[in-house]
Amino acid sequence: MSEENTSTTTNAISRRTVLKGVGATLGAAAFAKAIAPLTTWAKDQSVDEFLQNHYRELTPEQMKEVIKRIEEDTKKDYGADVTIKDPKPQAGVKFAYALNLSICVGCRKCAKACHVENNHDRPSGNSYIRVLEMKKGSLDMAHGRADYSGPVPKSDSFYMPVQCQQCDSPPCVDVCPVEATWKEKDGIVAVDYNWCIGCRYCEAACPYHARRFNWSKPVVPKEEINPVQGYLSNRIRPQGVMEKCTFCMHRTREGKLPACLEACPTGARVFGNILDPDSEIRWVLENKRVFVLKEELGTKPSFYYFFDE
Amino acid sequence: MSKTPTNENAGSHLVSYPKFIWRMCVLATEGNWLFYAWMIALTAVALVGLNAWAVQVTEGMGVTNMSDHVSWGLYIANFTFMVGLAAGGVMMVIPAYLYHDEDMHDVVIIGELLAIAAIFMCIGFVVVDLGRPDRFWHMIPGIGKFHFPVSMLTWDVIVLNGYLLINLHICGYLLYNRYRGIAPNPRWYIPFVFVSIAWAISIHTVTAFLYQGLGGRPFWNTALLAPRFLTSAFVSGPAFIILALEVIRYLSKYKVGDGAIKILVNIMRVTILINLLMLVSEVFTEFYTGGSHTASAQYLYFGLHGYNALVPWIWTSVGFTVIATLLLLCPKVTQKPAMLITACVLAFAGIWIEKGMGLIIPGFIPNTLHEIVEYLPNSLEWRISAGIWAAGLIIYTLAIRVAMPIFTGEVSLKKDTHA
Repeated sequence: MSEENTSTTTNAISRRTVLKGVGATLGAAAFAKAIAPLTTWAKDQSVDEFLQNHYRELTPEQMKEVIKRIEEDTKKDYGADVTIKDPKPQAGVKFAYALNLSICVGCRKCAKACHVENNHDRPSGNSYIRVLEMKKGSLDMAHGRADYSGPVPKSDSFYMPVQCQQCDSPPCVDVCPVEATWKEKDGIVAVDYNWCIGCRYCEAACPYHARRFNWSKPVVPKEEINPVQGYLSNRIRPQGVMEKCTFCMHRTREGKLPACLEACPTGARVFGNILDPDSEIRWVLENKRVFVLKEELGTKPSFYYFFDE
Repeated sequence: MSKTPTNENAGSHLVSYPKFIWRMCVLATEGNWLFYAWMIALTAVALVGLNAWAVQVTEGMGVTNMSDHVSWGLYIANFTFMVGLAAGGVMMVIPAYLYHDEDMHDVVIIGELLAIAAIFMCIGFVVVDLGRPDRFWHMIPGIGKFHFPVSMLTWDVIVLNGYLLINLHICGYLLYNRYRGIAPNPRWYIPFVFVSIAWAISIHTVTAFLYQGLGGRPFWNTALLAPRFLTSAFVSGPAFIILALEVIRYLSKYKVGDGAIKILVNIMRVTILINLLMLVSEVFTEFYTGGSHTASAQYLYFGLHGYNALVPWIWTSVGFTVIATLLLLCPKVTQKPAMLITACVLAFAGIWIEKGMGLIIPGFIPNTLHEIVEYLPNSLEWRISAGIWAAGLIIYTLAIRVAMPIFTGEVSLKKDTHA
């Protein structure tokens, strides 16, 4: 800009500068207003949680601290006294599940038991198990439905509960960009709720609709909270992270059976250590014509189905 | 770099680079009333989007219409399309640098700047789709856990950020040297230009691989996905650039040669036809074969068991693309701006639907247990998405606003020093 130009346009420039200043101030105010909702969110965030390391890199001391913090947070947020443990996989154990489709009646007691045991969000009625009502004569899920109602079992139908298949070649684990999900030594696919970034790529990758996302902070009334909790399993999940069936890790790693199995009124469910030659699960796999879901995808499920006849 | 003309002009980078940055900041806040109106409008939309996102982070993603059945929605749809737009900019780089087309050389920076703006939008759409954006650092190699090379998403992080850096370098280097009045040293940018061409292909290929590699989603699990991504990107990219060039032509004094537009039209004529061919091939395979693998395509094009939320979308897309093809094939299209603009708008909108909602949503419908739960974005998702588009357009507008005067020599270090 040349000299004479500057002198003639001084007024215009100063007016423009003032306007720019007003604009910038208004913009900054609008920006502050726009992000205001984040202040409520920020209140619930802690630096410790933000900086917490990946599950597999926590030292036992750090783990103790983390568990203490989460127990306190649960008390604060939900009013419940809970105990969180971190049971490890046992040597020589690899879990497998089998389900007898001949005797499953489709009562959905397993799904309900899962809901209660795993401290699922109450309003959404979430569960890791979905039961499909299938027409006899076809194994194609396209001919099944999960939203069936009325008395069960219907004579023309059979029932197929589907949950995490704990694949030996799990696509969900492969796709995770931050290793927030992995396969444990006993075959269980676990999620670190404090590491997951919530991209939901695993949910897209899973061929069995086994994964669930915490679309909002789970709502569970204090008196309904199951206080016996596992760090990688049924503790109340944070908002915005993935979760999934863990074969009730907090129970099964301590010698108990999964909640869904205990709830089954017909005995359709068989669970156990596939490495134990005397186990019932081993007997089923050796003596029944078992099959797995979507075998052609190469996911190698640890969850088997069979018919009696 | 080679030889500094005079000390007072170029001087040390320590002096001239801050001057360059400052001059860009000044340029970015100067303009006529139309520029201010446009920027204020975009800022308003961006802030509305930001506010909606703040609500989403606070309340959880349950405030969107997504669910465990359709777990990706409008955000990832826009992300996918936007990667294509970023890759599409390369269709100016190839004629300019590989074929030494003079007209294209003058405006190639418009395409490179588009790549930059589009990548920012890509990152925006990924961030708003995260349930825990506060844990973004978990993805940073070294301090987080970067699941490379197994997770395709980590590849996408690398190629997108790499593409951003390459284009920032090329544009920044060229502009800085133009500003200093020095001929750019080819050693410092030509190799990057060639890398950027290959890299542009890689960003859309890797993004296609994100979906294509999922065996549980038959709708995506096709080898045609990546080639189709690229072809459609080479429609939407040139279409957007032609629109940008027309706008620059009408609203500014900068000369945009007809040659550049003609080349882009010729590119679109080929790519839009290949895209249609691939569409036909895909539709044929789905429907002639039949079976339950076809369910998603059935849902998309004709509706399934009475559910048909996407049917109007996809036929709009098909209609737009076919009309755009016919217009583009018309020999007179390059002489009739109205016709050309119509064709570009239709092609762009058609691909946006097809590479967005038309690609992502049917992957989830029916879900992997063959349940049908429909999805259409709600107002919050539209607001957030519009906000990111507005932010991207702010970046693009400012980039062009800053680049054009420097590129044409209207603003330079010499003039600034003498002023």
